[in-house]
This record gives sequence, C-alpha cells and structure tokens, in this order.
Amino acid sequence: MPAVSKGDGMRGLAVFISDIRNCKSKEAEIKRINKELANIRSKFKGDKALDGYSKKKYVCKLLFIFLLGHDIDFGHMEAVNLLSSNRYTEKQIGYLFISVLVNSNSELIRLINNAIKNDLASRNPTFMGLALHCIANVGSREMAEAFAGEIPKILVAGDTMDSVKQSAALCLLRLYRTSPDLVPMGDWTSRVVHLLNDQHLGVVTAATSLITTLAQKNPEEFKTSVSLAVSRLSRIVTSASTDLQDYTYYFVPAPWLSVKLLRLLQCYPPPEDPAVRGRLTECLETILNKAQEPPKSKKVQHSNAKNAVLFEAISLIIHHDSEPNLLVRACNQLGQFLQHRETNLRYLALESMCTLASSEFSHEAVKTHIETVINALKTERDVSVRQRAVDLLYAMCDRSNAQQIVAEMLNYLETADYSIREEIVLKVAILAEKYAVDYTWDDVQGYAAKTVFEALQAPACHENLVKVGGYILGEFGNLIAGDPRSSPLIQFNLLHSKFHLCSVPTRALLLSTYIKFVNLFPEIKTTIQDVLRSDSQLKNADVELQQRAVEYLRLSTIASTDILATVLEEMPPFPERESSILAKLKKKKGPGTVTDLEEIKKERSSDMNGSAEPASVNASAVSTPSPSADLLGLGAAPLANSAPPPSSSGSLLVDVFSDSASAVAPLAPGSDDNFARFVCKNNGVLFENQLLQIGLKSEFRQNLGRMFIFYGNKTSTQFLNFTPTVICSDDLQSSLNLQTKPVDPTVDGGAQVQQVVNIECVSDFMEAPILNIQFRYGGTFQNLSVKLPITLNKFFQPTEMSSQDFFQRWKQLSNPKQEVQNIFKAKHPMDAEITKAKIIGFGSALLEEVDPNPANFVGAGIIHTKTTQIGCLLRLEPNLQAQMYRLTLRTSKEAVSQRLCELLSEQF
Amino acid sequence: MIHFILLFSRQGKLRLQKWYTTLPDKEKKKIVREIVQIILSRNQKTSSFVDWKDLKLVYKRYASLYFCCAIEDQDNELLTLEIVHRYVELLDRYFGNVCELDIIFNFEKAYFILDEFIIGGEVQETSKRSAVKAIEDSDMLQETVEEYMNKPAF
Repeated sequence: MPAVSKGDGMRGLAVFISDIRNCKSKEAEIKRINKELANIRSKFKGDKALDGYSKKKYVCKLLFIFLLGHDIDFGHMEAVNLLSSNRYTEKQIGYLFISVLVNSNSELIRLINNAIKNDLASRNPTFMGLALHCIANVGSREMAEAFAGEIPKILVAGDTMDSVKQSAALCLLRLYRTSPDLVPMGDWTSRVVHLLNDQHLGVVTAATSLITTLAQKNPEEFKTSVSLAVSRLSRIVTSASTDLQDYTYYFVPAPWLSVKLLRLLQCYPPPEDPAVRGRLTECLETILNKAQEPPKSKKVQHSNAKNAVLFEAISLIIHHDSEPNLLVRACNQLGQFLQHRETNLRYLALESMCTLASSEFSHEAVKTHIETVINALKTERDVSVRQRAVDLLYAMCDRSNAQQIVAEMLNYLETADYSIREEIVLKVAILAEKYAVDYTWDDVQGYAAKTVFEALQAPACHENLVKVGGYILGEFGNLIAGDPRSSPLIQFNLLHSKFHLCSVPTRALLLSTYIKFVNLFPEIKTTIQDVLRSDSQLKNADVELQQRAVEYLRLSTIASTDILATVLEEMPPFPERESSILAKLKKKKGPGTVTDLEEIKKERSSDMNGSAEPASVNASAVSTPSPSADLLGLGAAPLANSAPPPSSSGSLLVDVFSDSASAVAPLAPGSDDNFARFVCKNNGVLFENQLLQIGLKSEFRQNLGRMFIFYGNKTSTQFLNFTPTVICSDDLQSSLNLQTKPVDPTVDGGAQVQQVVNIECVSDFMEAPILNIQFRYGGTFQNLSVKLPITLNKFFQPTEMSSQDFFQRWKQLSNPKQEVQNIFKAKHPMDAEITKAKIIGFGSALLEEVDPNPANFVGAGIIHTKTTQIGCLLRLEPNLQAQMYRLTLRTSKEAVSQRLCELLSEQF
Repeated sequence: MIHFILLFSRQGKLRLQKWYTTLPDKEKKKIVREIVQIILSRNQKTSSFVDWKDLKLVYKRYASLYFCCAIEDQDNELLTLEIVHRYVELLDRYFGNVCELDIIFNFEKAYFILDEFIIGGEVQETSKRSAVKAIEDSDMLQETVEEYMNKPAF
C-alpha cells in the first residue's frame, strides 16, 4: 500500500481508500463501502464518546464515499460538531464536509450558521478564512441572509488581515451573485473601490473581481474605480518583470490582476477624463507592443499569460470601439494569430475577430482575412476551431461578400460535423434572408408550393414534410395549379395519399387544407366533400378530427362562395417579430454567444450615449468637421437614432442635430407626385436623387399595417449618422400610431438598409406623416423630407354587394354632409381597365353590374380604424367627350368622404 | 467566473469535483458523465477549448489526469489554462512531484489547496508562496495537534 499521506496522516482512511482501489468489481466496492458505513454508524451511535481525531477520520471517510458517487444519509451532525472544535484540522474537515454535502435541513443550517458566526468573530485569521470559504462554497440564501450584512464590515475593517480580506471579498461576491437583494450597498462600497490601491496585490486581485461584478449592476456607484484601475494597470504594465516578485508569472507581471482590471474597465465607456484616457491608451499600446517583442521564455505558460493579457486588452479596445488606430492594430495582431501554429491561438483569434467584425472601424480590415477563415473552415482538424470559423464568417458577412460566404457555408455543410450542422443551416438562412436581393414574394410562394409538391412525391416522407406541404399547398396551391402535372386533383390526391399514415394533429391540419382547397379549387369540391363525408372522418374516434370533418363539410355545403372566400382567405402575414431563425439560433447557443451584429451595435451604442456630448455633435453637423469631430459624431449617432419616438414631432431630434430653425428639411421637390402614386399601390420607389434611393413595400390589413422602407446608398461612400425619422403632426399623432425601429447609423456604399414602420390607424385622418432623413455624406450634412404615403384608404376592406344592396345603402347615406362630390378634368388617358385597377388598388371593391350605366364605376368598402368602422360607397362617372370625371363619395362621416374624394380625384 | 472544476483520469475516473454554482446532485453526476465523455473523445493536438451549453470548457492533461474548468463566455480562456497550471504547481509544491495517487489518498488536501487558491469561482491568491504558506501553516497546526494527541491521555 502506498502510504502516501501528509500532515496528520489518517491511517485508517488510507487503508480504506486502498481497499476500495483494490476492489475488482463494482459489487465488491459496494460491499466494502457498506461494511464501512455500518462500522461508522456503529461508532457514531456507540456509547463511547468519540475523540476529535476519530470523528474527523470517520467524517472524512463518509466524504470519500460520497465523492465516489454514493449517497450519504448520516454523519451531518458529527460534521457540525467538528465545526466547533478548537483544533484546526477537525474544523477544516467539518467545513469541507458541510461545503460538499449541505442540505437545507433547517435545524442543521442554524447550527452551522452559529459555528460560522463564532469563527467569524474569533479574530483568528485561519478560522475566519475557513468560515468565509464555507459561506462562499455553500452560497445559499440562508447563508446570505445570515452573513451578507456582516461580511462587508470584515472586508473594509482596518485591522482585517490581508488573507481574510481576500476571502471576504470573494465570499461577498458569491453571495451577491446568488442573492443580490440581500447584499446592501452602503458606505463600504467606496472603501472597497479604494482597495484597488491596496499594497497587497492579492487583495487587489480579489477586490477587482468583486468590484467588476458590482459595477456591472451599479455602474454609477463604482464609477471612481475607472481611474484607479487605469493607474493600477499602468503601474503593472510598465513594471519590470521582476518588480512584482511573487505576482510575476513566468516573466509576465501580474497577469491575473491585469486581466481583471481590463475586465473591470469593460464595464464602462472610454474614460471621459482626457488624462486617464491617454494613460489607458498608452497601456493598451504597450500591451500591443509587447506582443511583438521576442518571448522572454519558451515555456507555454509565458506565452499563455502574455497572450491572455493581450486578448483581454483587445476585448477592451473592441468594447470601447473608439480608437481606430488601436482597432486596426488589434485586427492585425489577430490576423497574425490566425495563422499561428498554436491551435489555441487560432481559436481565440477567430473568436475575437468575431466581435471586431462588428466595429465600423475594423469591419473592412476583418474582411481582408476572409480567405484565411474559409481555409480554416476547410482544413482545421478541431471542430471547436471550425465552429469559430463559421461564427466569424457569419459576423464578417455583408452585402459585398454574402454570396461567397453563403456559398462556402453551404459547401462546408455537406461534410460538417453533425454537432454544428443545425447551426450552420440557421446561419445560412439568416444571411440569405438578410442579404436577399429579391423580395418578390409571389415568386417565393409559387416556388415554395412547387418545391414542396415535388418533395411530397417521394414514396416515404417525414411527417413534418406532410405538415409543411399541407400548409403551403392550402395557401398557395393555386399558384401551381395551372401546370397539368400539379392540377388541383393531383395536389389533393398526393396529400391525401399520406393522410392515413399521419398522426392526429397532422391529419387535422390536412383537413383544414382540404377545406382551403374547396375555396381555391371549386372544381374538386365534390371529391373533397366525399372524403369529409366518409365514415372514417365523420365517425372518427378522435373528437377533433370528427368535429373538423363535420364543420368543414357543412361549411362547404351551405356557405356561398363569397363567404367561403372570406372564411378561407389566405392567412395574413405573420406579425413582425424577431426573426424566428435568429431566436432559434440564440436559444441553441444560449444568451450572449450569438454574434448578432445589430445587437452588439445596439449594446455598444447605448454605452456610447453615456459619454458622447451633444454639443460637439452640433458642431460636426454644421461645419466642415475635423477627423476628430467626425468620431464624436459617430459616437453620438445612436443617441439620435434611439431617442425620439415618431410621435414626438421630431423636436428632440432637431435640438440635438441642428442649429438652424429649418431642422426638418422642406419637402423634396416632386415628393407630392410620388406620394400620389402610392395612393393606389403599396410598393415602389418613393424618392431618388444622386445619393439616395428610398423604396417602399407595405401591407395593410384592417386597421393595421406595416411598411418596409429601404434606404439605398447609391454612392460608393459611407453615409454616417444616418437617421431617418418619421414625424407626425400633433393632430395626426392622435389618429395614427406609428412605431419605427432605429436603423444602423452607418450605411455602407452600395448597401441598402431596411426600416420597418408598424402602423395602427386609431381614427380617420387627413394628413400624411413626414419622413425626414438626415445623414452625413463625405463631410456634408444631408437633410431631406418626403411625405410618407400612409393614407386613409390603406385601411379599406373591400365589400362585395348586389346592386340592390348598393343602392339601398346609397340612399341611406343621403344626408348632404355625408356626400362629397368632385368634378375634375382627366389628367391621364381615360382607359376603363386602368381605372378599374386603380379603384381596386384604392382598396374598395369594384362592383360590376351595379350601376345602370355600364360606363360608370361603382365601389364599396369599409374603412377600419381602431375606434370605428366606416362604410364607404363611391361612384365614378367618366365623360369621355368632355375628358372629365365626376366622383361621388358617400360615407357615414363627412371628413372621411372628403379625404377619400381628395385622394381618389388625384388618380385619374 | 469558473462554474466548476473537474479532475479525472484517462480512464474517466473522477478524482476531484469542485462546484461554484449550486446544482442538485443528480444534475452534477449527469454533467460529470457528459463532460468526461466529451473531453476523453477529443483528439490530441486539438485546441484546449470546447463549447458546452452556454459555457466553455477549458482543459489540459497533466500525465494521467485531466483538469477541466467550465468558464463563462467572457472569461479569459488562456488565463484559465494558467489557473489550472498554477493549481498543479501548488499541488506539486505541497506534495513534491505530485501524482494521481497523492490526490486520491489526500483528496481532502487537494480540496484545501484549491480553496486557498480559488473562492466562489474566482482566483483569490495568485502568489504561489502565499497560497502554499496557508496550507503549510495549517499543517503546522496539525502537527502540533498530532503531538498533542500522542501525549498520554491521562
């Protein structure tokens, strides 16, 4: 038996461990353990009082048994007894047992807490240390309740020993992490900050961890730590490698403390005080310089420690994102590591570059490494490293390289490790969606229908495919029904051939598809009715299927085609929300690990807000800026971007951005013409000049709508401080609720950014919102405004009705105030088909064979607002000879008649 | 912060487990099984880092023992490797040419040394001298106790 034991040498324990090791089988081990447990139990229960040494030995054996993976259900009391021993070794084992095997037995917790309290009050540093370790190890709420008030006092008391201070700082940190509400902030916080100045580097190291965590949640309270941390860091970085004695690790001065200080600084924006800021910049430069120096040792510990500090410095540089020079140097340094022979360094370089890619200063520099990264994806032998390469490709992707990157990812997907395939697919999907050049959804819908139809041809399909197929064909099957190979009947038969193999939920879904088919394809109605009517459906044991079959059958029998068309209308677009793929990716990777450019930028911009001064922004907006003013401007851009909600009339924006009265530019010339063009259509180009093109796509349903605004930079130069704002007058604000999301303040040359406006019509309205766009282009400030074509008629729902109904309602709306009429000259050729298309585009139903005069056009619809619905009838009488029109609007509300008449008159 | 530290042999035998977050025993056992398997299945010459759930595993093998730390995303990976190395150095200094058997037979000492070095998942004392001194001091206390125990008990 190797009698390897030190210190007190519990011989009995060594024998027992040795026995266990000699067991040939699991059974033998369990047998030996049971024997030992019986022995210990009898000792604990025996009449003879055990001495401290024996108690310690048996408790230690129990601990060993527990750590082997066996359950222990006794011995806790003996361990607690050891806590109150005056002998260090007994106390120590007692605490170890408690730390490893706590349970929330309330009686015991009270006893344990009592023992801890005594040790904390003992003024014996070794006992205090043990007690603090135990609190930190257990970290339970009960412990926090008992000690969270006491520990800060120990921490800042003048006569506390250094080693106890260290333990107290980290113990408090643990309690703060588990129960932040129980750790009271108070006078002690400022004294803790001053521990950064402590003589003892161990104390500084422990305190820095505590301060970093506290500062994350209470940045104001710990603000003074910034300058202290910078000066401490500066002293370390400039010290000779032997100055710090024990705290020099393989020729690297205090690497742990350096890294912790650099992390603390990442809780704050760049220091405001120029002197502190300068000193920090010097530190960071020194660290970058040292990376180029020859190593002081060949040991991996030396290079690891040195590079650990370097990577943390780079993290801080990226976090500040304010010194282009440092960012580019960081990028170059990481570029070197990308090709380093150490796998760890390649891994970390890829990871670090990921965040660097989202900085506007270094994004381009990162992109230059694309070939190396693609090569890493193909050649790295370690899946962890390949994973980082995928992440980086994703982060460096923009419009210019999207095609290459997506192609490479797809290429790699075929041979990728199973563990990361799903993530690659998600990333490809996000990039493809984000950088799609073509938004023609009709094509996509048709393509989807065609693809899923083809996929369903396979003799054996996964049930999920049947679900997807059922849904898509039910919605868009009509788009491929023209092809005789996918005629309605063939589509139906194909789906129905899978029906009987599917689970109940899928079958339920397919029944809905069938009733949708009845609407889409009246010609196969009887076939579908036969299926619904069959016993296997109507008398199905599953109540959901049965109910669907009965209801759908009835619906198809009694409802008119109009009602069917309404009930079975195409599904509305899914509401705007976070991209579902992105959400999935986040869920998969856990929070904080997805490198979503937008998010990182958002986070960073909120940091910047704290430090940027609006006054200097003002200056940069009007005069020709010096390069430094430009930087400040950049920093402040998100401030304007996130600040004004659309309803604030843009006044806040004006204050920040401009010194002149005409803060919002007058409407751009030609804006009205373009505006009128959008009354009857939803998509197209709203504005265009040499610099900028603004495109729109919008959709409306009932009183809600959504508009996508696309800003295209036509130049090859970046737009900076790009700030589009939607402005509503006070009147308009009460009737129209608009929500916009901020856009990226930088628009790269040739790039397009998208902004979504969510629209809610609260009540009828007259005016249109103004879209104001401000940005800086090549040193000049651009400011322009256009009317945003959100008009009342967008909230039309067409209403079909018979001639009789129409004229009956027409008569009901005979109050002179309800009718508005306009006679006007035709501005365009009087083409009946174009006129029809415009009336439909206007949003009302075009009613055929209603007006006795077939040359006239008659329409009907309902304007949906949040508060009311307003029925509208319209009649347009062309007079070809005179090239004139007479337009009559009758609605239940005068203002609505007025506005609709105005809008529609401009169209012909 | 470090969430947990595991020491296990090449055969997958767990030699030391230190948890800095509170988890049920069952969960701990599951995690240990999973991680031991992940790390033992990795080739040599790979990086020392593995993504695991929302944490990162940083590991290194010393002779027959693997040392593995689970850290958070923003923690410094390279320095975590050096935490492991410093711990090995502390063990080495205490035991003198530490080997797996030392840790098996003196597991409680391995825990004590770790406690002097790391509390609540954060490094407490990076100076080798201070950390080992604390342990040796306590051994001194032990010897005194031992002497005391050896005295006749009358």
